[in-house]
Amino acid sequence: MKIDEKFRDLQEKGEGALIGFVTAGDPTLEDTVDIIDSLIKGGVDILELGLPFSDPIADGVVIQKASERSLKAGMNPDLYFQIAGEITSDVPKVCLTYYNLVLQRGLERFIRDCRNSDISGLIVPDLPIEEATPLLEACRKHDVDFIFLVAPTTMEDRLQKILDEASGFLYVISVLGVTGARDEFSESINPTLRRIKKLSPEIPLAVGFGISKPEHVKGILRAGAQGAIVGSAFVKIIDGNRSDIGNAKEKIKELCRELKNATRDI
Amino acid sequence: MSLPDEHGKFIEYGGKFAPEVLMPAIEELERGFRRYVKDPGFRRDLGYYLEEFAGRPTPLYYAENLSKKVGGAKIYLKREDLVHGGAHKLNNTLGQALLAKKMGKERVIAETGAGQHGVATAIAAAALDLDCEVYMGTDDMERQKLNVFRMDLMNAEIIPVESGSCTLKDAINEAMRDWLANVETTHYLIGSIVGPHPYPLMVREFQRIIGEETRKQIIDKEGVLPDYIVACVGGGSNAIGIFHEFLGDEVGLVGVEAGGRGIESGEHGATLCAGTSGVLHGTCSKLLQDRYGQIKISYSIAAGLDYPGVGPELSYLAEKGRLEVTSVTDDEALEAFKLLSREEGIVPALESAHAVYHAVELGEELDEDKTIIVNLSGRGDKDVSVVAEALGVKL
Repeated sequence: MKIDEKFRDLQEKGEGALIGFVTAGDPTLEDTVDIIDSLIKGGVDILELGLPFSDPIADGVVIQKASERSLKAGMNPDLYFQIAGEITSDVPKVCLTYYNLVLQRGLERFIRDCRNSDISGLIVPDLPIEEATPLLEACRKHDVDFIFLVAPTTMEDRLQKILDEASGFLYVISVLGVTGARDEFSESINPTLRRIKKLSPEIPLAVGFGISKPEHVKGILRAGAQGAIVGSAFVKIIDGNRSDIGNAKEKIKELCRELKNATRDI
Repeated sequence: MSLPDEHGKFIEYGGKFAPEVLMPAIEELERGFRRYVKDPGFRRDLGYYLEEFAGRPTPLYYAENLSKKVGGAKIYLKREDLVHGGAHKLNNTLGQALLAKKMGKERVIAETGAGQHGVATAIAAAALDLDCEVYMGTDDMERQKLNVFRMDLMNAEIIPVESGSCTLKDAINEAMRDWLANVETTHYLIGSIVGPHPYPLMVREFQRIIGEETRKQIIDKEGVLPDYIVACVGGGSNAIGIFHEFLGDEVGLVGVEAGGRGIESGEHGATLCAGTSGVLHGTCSKLLQDRYGQIKISYSIAAGLDYPGVGPELSYLAEKGRLEVTSVTDDEALEAFKLLSREEGIVPALESAHAVYHAVELGEELDEDKTIIVNLSGRGDKDVSVVAEALGVKL
C-alpha cells in the first residue's frame, strides 16, 4: 500500500497514524520476523524498518546498540531486502538507513530493491536536500517516496525547498538531538508544526524522536500532526528481553496497541 | 577554478552530508567563516595568538646529521613540533575558537584520537575563555594517558567514548551527537580537514600558514623550491597545511599513511592507498569499508593516523595524480622514531615518524642537490610510553 493512501484511509476514519520502528535483524535474523509481526498485530499503521549502519550519527544509544546487535547477527542489505519482501501485510513499509549503504549498493539498484520488496518509502537521516538530487530522481523513477526530515531549527527558506520535493509524509523532529525515548515530551513542537502547515497544508506530518507514551501520541496529534513515530521505546523492549523473545513480542504488541488506541480518540 | 566550489565539492568529493538539525548551524558557520576570515580585526587577533602564544613562525631546520647519514638528498624539517602544545593542531584550534567566540558561542566540543587535537582545543579554549568538552575513545585514552591528564589540567572535560571501536571515528560520532543536541550554544571544533563543508575548507585555511612559512624559509635557505614535501596523513590537516601553498608548483607532494601491520594484513589506516569512495561523517571521500558500505575499523600504532576516512581534498588530489600516496608500517615508523631521536636530538610524534621514514627512503635514492621537506607535525613526548612498550622497555 502507498503511504499517501494510508494517510487518506486514516483521515477518513478520524485516526492518526502510528509509525513503528525496529532495526531489522535485532536481536537476530530469525527473531526479527516475529518482532515485526508483533508490531503489525499490535496495529501499527506504517512499519519503519531500520537497515543498520556501523556509524549511525543521528541515533541515540538504544538504536546504536540495536544496530550493533543486528550487524553482529549478520544483517546486510541483501538479507534486509529479502526479509522485507517476505512480510505479508498491506501495512506500508519504510526503510531507514544511512547514505553510505545506499551509495555502495548503487542508488538505482537500492531503490529498485525497495520497490521489489514492497517498500514504499525511504528515510536517510544524513542526506540533506542539498545532496539528495540523484537519489530523489531514482525514487521518482521507481515510485518510492523519499521522506525528508525537518527540525525545529529548519527555517522558512530551507523548509520551502524541502516541501517542494517532499512526498509520503514529512518526518518532523520533535527536539534537537538524537533518537531516544524521553520522559517528558516537549511542547515546543507546536510552533514547528504550525510553520509547516502554513506553507503546505497537504503533506502529512509525522513527529518523531523521544515519543514513547500514549499521552505523547495524543499530544502530537492534538497539536496538528497526522502521525507519531515510535522507535526507541520498542527497541528498548527487545534489548531488555533478549533472553526471552516471547516476552519481548508480547510487550511490543501490548505497547503498540496502547499507542494505536491513543491515535483514535483525538 | 578554486576548490572547493560553492557546494563544498572537490569535484566528486566533499559536500555536506549532515543531518537536517545541523544544516542551519553549518550554514551559519559558513557565513561566519567567510565573513571573519577576511576581517582585518579577526586576522589581527589570530595573528597575535599565533605569534605571541603559539610561537609561530616555526623554524625550517636542516637535518644535517640525518641527511649525511642517508647520504642523498638534503632533508629539512618543518618544526611544527615546536608549536605550543606540541603539534600543528593549535593553528586550527586557535582559528576556530576565535571564530566561535566572534559568533557568540560559549562552548566548544572536540573529538580527539592521539589527544593532540583535544589538547590543542583545551589550550585554545582556556586562552579564549570558552567551555570545552572533548570526546575521546576509551582505547585512545589508554594509549594517551598523558594527554588525557594535560587536558584535565587545562580545565577541559573529557568524555570517554565506549561505542564501536572506542577510537577516533567513534569519538567523532559522539561529538556529532552532542552537537545535534546543543547546536544553538556550541561550536563543534573539528580537528582535521574532514566533516561537512565548510570544515575541510576552514581547517585548510587555518593550517595553510605552515606552507606559507615554508615557502619563504626554503627560498631563503636554498634559493629554490624543494623537490619533495612529505607529510603523514590521518585525516590530513598537517598535510594539506604544508601542501596547499605548493599545489601549483613543480614540487612532489607525498602523503604517508599508516601501514599498521601491513596493508595485506587488513590492519592499517591507509585510506588513500587502499580505500574506496563513500560517505562518512558528513563528507564524501575515500573510506575503509566493506562491500556493503559498513565502515571498517582502522589500526595504527599512531592514534592520530588511526581513522578509516581522510579529507576529501586529499582524495581529490590523489585521484588527480597531484598527490603521491604511500604507507609506512608500525615497525618502520618506530625505526624512524629512534633514528631521528638519535641523529638529531628530536623525538618526533609517531604520526610524524611515518613521514620521516619515507623521507629517508626517498632521500637515499636522490642526489645531494635535491631537497626534501618533512612536515614534522608533532613532538613525541606523548608517545614515549607506547614506544617503550613496543620496544619491550619497562619504564
